[in-house]
Amino acid sequence: MVTQVTSFSRNGLSDFIVQRVTAYILAAYTVFLVGYLLFQGEMVYADWQMLFSHTWMQIFTMLALVSTCAHAWIGMWTIGTDYIREHYFGQNANGYRLIYQVICILTLASYLFWGVKILWGN
Amino acid sequence: MQVSVYRYDPDKDAAPYMQDFDIELPAGKDLMVLDVLALLKERDETVSYRRSCREGVCGSDGVSMNGKNGLACITPVSEVAKGGKLTIKPLPGLPVIRDLIVDMEQFYAQYRKIEPYLINNEVPPTRERLQSPAEREKLDGLYECILCACCSTACPSFWWNPDKFIGPAGLLQAYRFLADSRDTATEERLANLDDPFSVFRCRGIMNCVNVCPKGLNPTRAIGHIRNMLLKKAV
Repeated sequence: MVTQVTSFSRNGLSDFIVQRVTAYILAAYTVFLVGYLLFQGEMVYADWQMLFSHTWMQIFTMLALVSTCAHAWIGMWTIGTDYIREHYFGQNANGYRLIYQVICILTLASYLFWGVKILWGN
Repeated sequence: MQVSVYRYDPDKDAAPYMQDFDIELPAGKDLMVLDVLALLKERDETVSYRRSCREGVCGSDGVSMNGKNGLACITPVSEVAKGGKLTIKPLPGLPVIRDLIVDMEQFYAQYRKIEPYLINNEVPPTRERLQSPAEREKLDGLYECILCACCSTACPSFWWNPDKFIGPAGLLQAYRFLADSRDTATEERLANLDDPFSVFRCRGIMNCVNVCPKGLNPTRAIGHIRNMLLKKAV
């Protein structure tokens, strides 16, 4: 049976707000990066390193990464609780949905930690 | 015209099937789909469907016609029959009792959840609870719903989670009472709707608006409910 136990905040309104706020952050980050690339023209490794060496850019990128994780989890949770249900998968639906959710969480957590490593790793 | 009808009698049939009929339509007349069903019934009296007022008021004869939900009694054949073929199926997403008759219990269960009646615990006035014309106007586009279930059964979110998502019809009525100046249970009503399923499963695809035979807009009502929830929360 589908429940809200594994939803992002266990509250529809909170999830709704988080999804909208993170969407704005991701939109701002995308517009900035695309604009920067268009403005800068061809970029080499040193240019990328310079851009991401700024603290504000690191914070902006972390915000975008965290937003990606929260936004994607709310969306993927919704998809999983829509489609991976007893109606289609029989009595094993809960197990399949748990596997799907764990894969989603591990993937998103990997993106996050990988991003942190890239930004602040040696 | 070729009419293909969904047939299923759980007492006799192992599985549903489509039965084709060739129906001679009277020349010069644009029959309603309900009239076609009546012609089918003359041909095969076991064809089963609901009907009552035959003028779009009772909401009994909601069916899927060439893939689009609507009331058979007010849908002209010319509007839905493509290439001279008409396919009639029961409303999708609800269990079929027989042929075009669906079990509406899940739909009504969601309707009951929103407490579709005026709640006012204040002492009643001597005559009646008055509204200004402006307050009354807020109910236009809401009270006209006839609960035919065309909208909710056109909504994928209702198909996926019919036990948790209220559905467009129920939410339209939820807002009808939230918008009513005489109702004093706004806080309680909103508190019952802020979980991840009841309201927020609406993805705004507007199938409900597309099929509503009364021309109502449940998506807008759902947007109003979201705004009320947001205003209450922040």
